[in-house]
Amino acid sequence: MKLLTGNDLVSGAVTWWTGNGWSIHVEDAADVGEHGEAILHAEEGARRVNAPYIIDAVPTENGPRPAHIKDRIRALGPTVRTDLTLKPADPTAGDWII
Amino acid sequence: MYKYDNYDQAMVDARVAEFRDQINRRIAGEITEDQFKPLRLMNGLYLQLHAYMLRVAIPYGTLDSRQMRMLAHIARKYDRDYGHFTTRQNIQYNWIKLEDCADILEELATVEMHAIQTSGNCIRNISSDQYAGAAADEVTDPRPWAELLRQWSTFHPEFSYLPRKFKIAVIASSEDRAAMRLHDIGLELVRKDGELGARVFVGGGMGRTPMIAPEINPFVKADDLLSYLEACLRVYNRYGRRDNMYKARIKILIHEIGADEYRRQVAEEFAHVKTLGIDPPLAELERISAFFAPPAYNAADAEPDRNDPDFALWLDQNVKPHKQAGYAIVNISLKPIGGIPGDATSAQIDVMADLAEKYSFDELRVTHAQNIVLPYVAKRDLYAVWQALREAELADANLDLISDIIACPGLDYCSLANARSIPVAQKIATRFADMDRQRDLGELKLKISGCINACGHHHAGHIGILGVDKKGVENYQLTFGGSGAEDVSIGKIIGPGFDEDGVVDAVEKATEVYKALRKGDERFVDTYRRVGLEPFKEAIYG
Repeated sequence: MKLLTGNDLVSGAVTWWTGNGWSIHVEDAADVGEHGEAILHAEEGARRVNAPYIIDAVPTENGPRPAHIKDRIRALGPTVRTDLTLKPADPTAGDWII
Repeated sequence: MYKYDNYDQAMVDARVAEFRDQINRRIAGEITEDQFKPLRLMNGLYLQLHAYMLRVAIPYGTLDSRQMRMLAHIARKYDRDYGHFTTRQNIQYNWIKLEDCADILEELATVEMHAIQTSGNCIRNISSDQYAGAAADEVTDPRPWAELLRQWSTFHPEFSYLPRKFKIAVIASSEDRAAMRLHDIGLELVRKDGELGARVFVGGGMGRTPMIAPEINPFVKADDLLSYLEACLRVYNRYGRRDNMYKARIKILIHEIGADEYRRQVAEEFAHVKTLGIDPPLAELERISAFFAPPAYNAADAEPDRNDPDFALWLDQNVKPHKQAGYAIVNISLKPIGGIPGDATSAQIDVMADLAEKYSFDELRVTHAQNIVLPYVAKRDLYAVWQALREAELADANLDLISDIIACPGLDYCSLANARSIPVAQKIATRFADMDRQRDLGELKLKISGCINACGHHHAGHIGILGVDKKGVENYQLTFGGSGAEDVSIGKIIGPGFDEDGVVDAVEKATEVYKALRKGDERFVDTYRRVGLEPFKEAIYG
């Protein structure tokens, strides 16, 4: 599957295209299939996202898992500061990245 | 310390106002990201993995307690309560919001700080010896010259759009504590027959093509130095490649045309530049130098009481001799075992500011090894300083030992990185946590970069580690034999790479080989240079 991701223009936060908007949670990400480029240009033009790009991901029971470690780190947060990740209370969350 | 005059302050304030307008226009959609990106980079604002990152300049690594407290305030108010001190003697904040950036810069400007020259293809923040003004071995204080270069280079109209970024380091000791010859220009201030001048090295650097800067001029008189540097930059600006960013640094130009030809062209250009009156009049030099006058030393010479063994250990490892009797240079390690190299919380930054104000004539330094220095501490105060540092978890006695690791932010934060650096640093430091073991190994400079750009200075590590992406999996190459000091050298790759745990094991095996083969006071790198790679390779790869 293909995901569209970027950063929020104002906050800089990592965001994921959900099909009708943007979410900071990769679990909400939608498969953009062949439409990624078109959505990317429209959303970037409308200033709803900064530096967007399309990535490969694998569907799992818990939602999409980006294929590359870099995007998994973007999705969750730095592996060395679990307190600053999106799941600070889950000590095993980092296993999802590796 | 240098204090802004009205011109300095007006320039910085105007820059903040200009950038505020640019940010507002970006948020309003009046300019695109392609238009905005070069503008934000000129103000130190990057877009990294998780958020915007702001890199704040700390000119030649020198700052006072008021500025240090401001750095803590920024971390607390606008970031996530910590900052990351970098290998360019700067500080980075990892979680900045675009909408806050102008306010941050406005607050920084109130304490004579900014983010200019921390990005872009300009002359970057000048770096220097963290012991400047305090080192017993310096021929003069390099800070006035670093400040002069800062003023010359800031907003230099001719050098704001160079082929590539340009880094200058200034030292004034034969011991190189600033990796001087791994800069685009390295200056070593020296005296010749009593006259002050500089050895000028040009064309060094790390990155994907590491090179040691050749000496381009063995002695440029201080009176000619600015004109000579102008000539060095002009030749680069004229002939440096702009068609390929990977071949655009001055080291490539000098490598391609040769040091002799570059030297000839600089001499020719210098003959012209010298007629332009660029070099400052003596009165201006004296004005700048006056800001760096020695502090009012008033402590009698007295050796500290070494009864507390932990304190004695810290004294031996982290406290260095001072040129003034009764004083010492204190190194504060930002490398706790298992911690993140270079990171400090806002509370820790405040503690260091307080200690500088109370015990170090209000001055601190940031080192390229991502530590902090209190340059002027009376020996009678060392125990009190150590106690306060220990209370703040800043008293690790590991300076220059294997756990004093330089590490770039790596893939945990950086959009350029291919692999994580910090977890490797943490695992190695933890493996060697035992202080007796570390001290037995002695000086061992281990440096880790998460990509070929080498922000973690791996080329200059006695042991260097480079993280690479091997088909989507992190892999780590080991290099041995590098040095950023006066025995400068570029490390050599020892063989195939390792996974994260494998590289930690390999480092441990290398230290065992060193222990078995070392002679006398040899450091790891000395033994490696004497015996060569084979014994290490055999132990590591079997």
